[in-house]
Amino acid sequence: MKQNLLLFTGFSILIMFAPQLLSGGYLMNVLVFVGINTMLAIALNLLLGYAGQISLGHAGFFGLGAYLSGILTTAYRFNPWVAMPVAAVVVGCMAGMIGFPILKLKGHYLAMATLGLGIIIFIVFNETVELTGGPSGLSGIPNLQLAGISFDSDVKNYYLIWGFTLAVMLFSLNLANSRIGRALRAVHDSEVAAQVLGVNARLLKVQIFAMSAVISSLAGSLYAHTMTFISPASFGFNFSIELLTMVVIGGLGSVYGSFLGAALLTLLPEILRGANDYDIIIYGGLLIVMVMFMPGGLVRGIPALYRKVIKQKGETGHA
Amino acid sequence: MNFKVISFVTAAATLLLSATVFAAAPIKIGALFAVTGPAAFLGEPERNSAKMVIDEINKAGGVKGRKLELIVYDTAGDATKAVQLATKLIKDDKVVAIIGPSTTGETMAAIPVAEKEHIPLISCSAGSKITDPVKKWVFKTAQNDALAVGRIYEYLQKTKQTKVSILTVSDGFGASGREQLKSQASKYGITVVSDDTYGPKDTDMTAQLTKIRGSHSQAIICWGTNPGPAVVAKNVRQLGIKTPLFMSHGVSSKKFIELAGEAAEGIRLPSGKVVVADLLSGSDKQKKSLLAFVKDYQKHYKAEGDHFGGHAWDAVMLIRNAVENGADTAAAIRDQLEKTKAFAGIGGSFTYTPQDHAGLGKDAFVLVEVKNKDWVIVK
Repeated sequence: MKQNLLLFTGFSILIMFAPQLLSGGYLMNVLVFVGINTMLAIALNLLLGYAGQISLGHAGFFGLGAYLSGILTTAYRFNPWVAMPVAAVVVGCMAGMIGFPILKLKGHYLAMATLGLGIIIFIVFNETVELTGGPSGLSGIPNLQLAGISFDSDVKNYYLIWGFTLAVMLFSLNLANSRIGRALRAVHDSEVAAQVLGVNARLLKVQIFAMSAVISSLAGSLYAHTMTFISPASFGFNFSIELLTMVVIGGLGSVYGSFLGAALLTLLPEILRGANDYDIIIYGGLLIVMVMFMPGGLVRGIPALYRKVIKQKGETGHA
Repeated sequence: MNFKVISFVTAAATLLLSATVFAAAPIKIGALFAVTGPAAFLGEPERNSAKMVIDEINKAGGVKGRKLELIVYDTAGDATKAVQLATKLIKDDKVVAIIGPSTTGETMAAIPVAEKEHIPLISCSAGSKITDPVKKWVFKTAQNDALAVGRIYEYLQKTKQTKVSILTVSDGFGASGREQLKSQASKYGITVVSDDTYGPKDTDMTAQLTKIRGSHSQAIICWGTNPGPAVVAKNVRQLGIKTPLFMSHGVSSKKFIELAGEAAEGIRLPSGKVVVADLLSGSDKQKKSLLAFVKDYQKHYKAEGDHFGGHAWDAVMLIRNAVENGADTAAAIRDQLEKTKAFAGIGGSFTYTPQDHAGLGKDAFVLVEVKNKDWVIVK
């Protein structure tokens, strides 16, 4: 437990001083998105990695948060700080209600149902033109403000987003190590066994689904207020898959894994931009290699690789 | 020996350095195009055209002795990426102007960045929202949907076809077209008797068309980009509908005729002049630019230049003209752009004013018809 706290404190300090170490500019902007994606990956990981329930529709919850915040602040002149929790509560209740029937399904069927949910939400964004602005998007969303500071630059947004991300991380780490976390893992391994041990598996699944949706919605609101423009294209099926990839590449059932996955998938296209038209091939190839050789994700694969290298060095040293 | 090598290298390096000091630094222009993804049909010709014209300008000695440097990024049609890359162009690459993005959604997303950082942005997308209301740093080269709709309605009014059915695609392009089709109808004494939409990936529109057949309209107007309208054209044939079919400028390229095949015959649509460049009368001011563009594009890419590429060509030329008039900073380029008068480009004849950053009139469009797998001008 103490070790966990030490790790988190270290990580937080690293995040807080990163802007001083890195030369600002465009990288700051990318790191803002790493933060948002980390939040989303953690949300999905709680569901997929801990409770073992897949969702291919999480971009939908992310979009709902963004659109609710966007519409409430532009059309109804809500204060962004009010719109954000309102959006989160609405999305949470919705996810809870949908969760009850949907989470009865298992495996491929659950994947199909959540996929459908994501696509329906996407279609609603596109078709309700009067409300959402339709495919050409919703603009003029205000920036967040706190004590006279308007979060309108990349560096300010970096601290805003990472403040929230670190809070979500801390919350998730605590949740994972609590009774609920253990119950979730029990449901993950065997629902029947968990129920026999007195875990209300069905309710627990719905609760974690709603919790996951709330975190996604929060990320969506923050996205809307930092970008100040949203359009349905950012919340489509592709993004749901990208989130899933972040979670799997990073490491299922690990909060830091979600960060690694989100960081890698957000930064990789930037690094590969130099490769011009071949970037997509290299990107795809790297993902395949990683899944093949690090089936446990980066969070387990990197230490294993490190140990291997150390061991080899040791052997050659003796020879 | 070693000393000799070192001194040689040093001398060479000094020479190189001094050479770069003497030649003025190139003027950096950024470009954001959707080269991959669903809007690649826009982004690819745009990137090709922009690269082509920049190369030509540089080969001819640049502008006022300074070369232009184009930095192109692929947005994949994603608004988030468009914002990130616009930031990158401004903060890391230090460009003085941005061309693009390709779609209205991306442009709307990138506008706050350009406005905040005070960098002129010349969008290559059509949505009227981009320049209405006018934003200080934002211009565009693509023709407004409003003008295209006006062209069709004018023709319908002339031929006394007053009841129309509209069938639009549910994306940014279709939504904007639908809005214009509905709002301008009354001005031309036209009533919209049925209003339907289809999804961008739909492969069969017979349901909508069967409904339209029952509506007794005198013309069907379909608003979309490839491949949807080709499906509509084929479905109209299959259902034996005889009502004249109109399309938008979104399909005014050879690709559409290829996709729709036989079913394309007789379809009319408003188009930029580029597809009928050789048919224009000699007095047309744009003819020279158009023919040069088509010939160059054919030479460089072995393909037909379309008006999407033309939007990027126009944007580069507008910036070039601004630089020629002595502007080399972002603010000066913006001011010069606003003074552009009657520049005969590919999309039309551009005249920007402080009140109008779209710059085109109705003459930017001609009504064309498909005849024998080619375009002819409808008089």
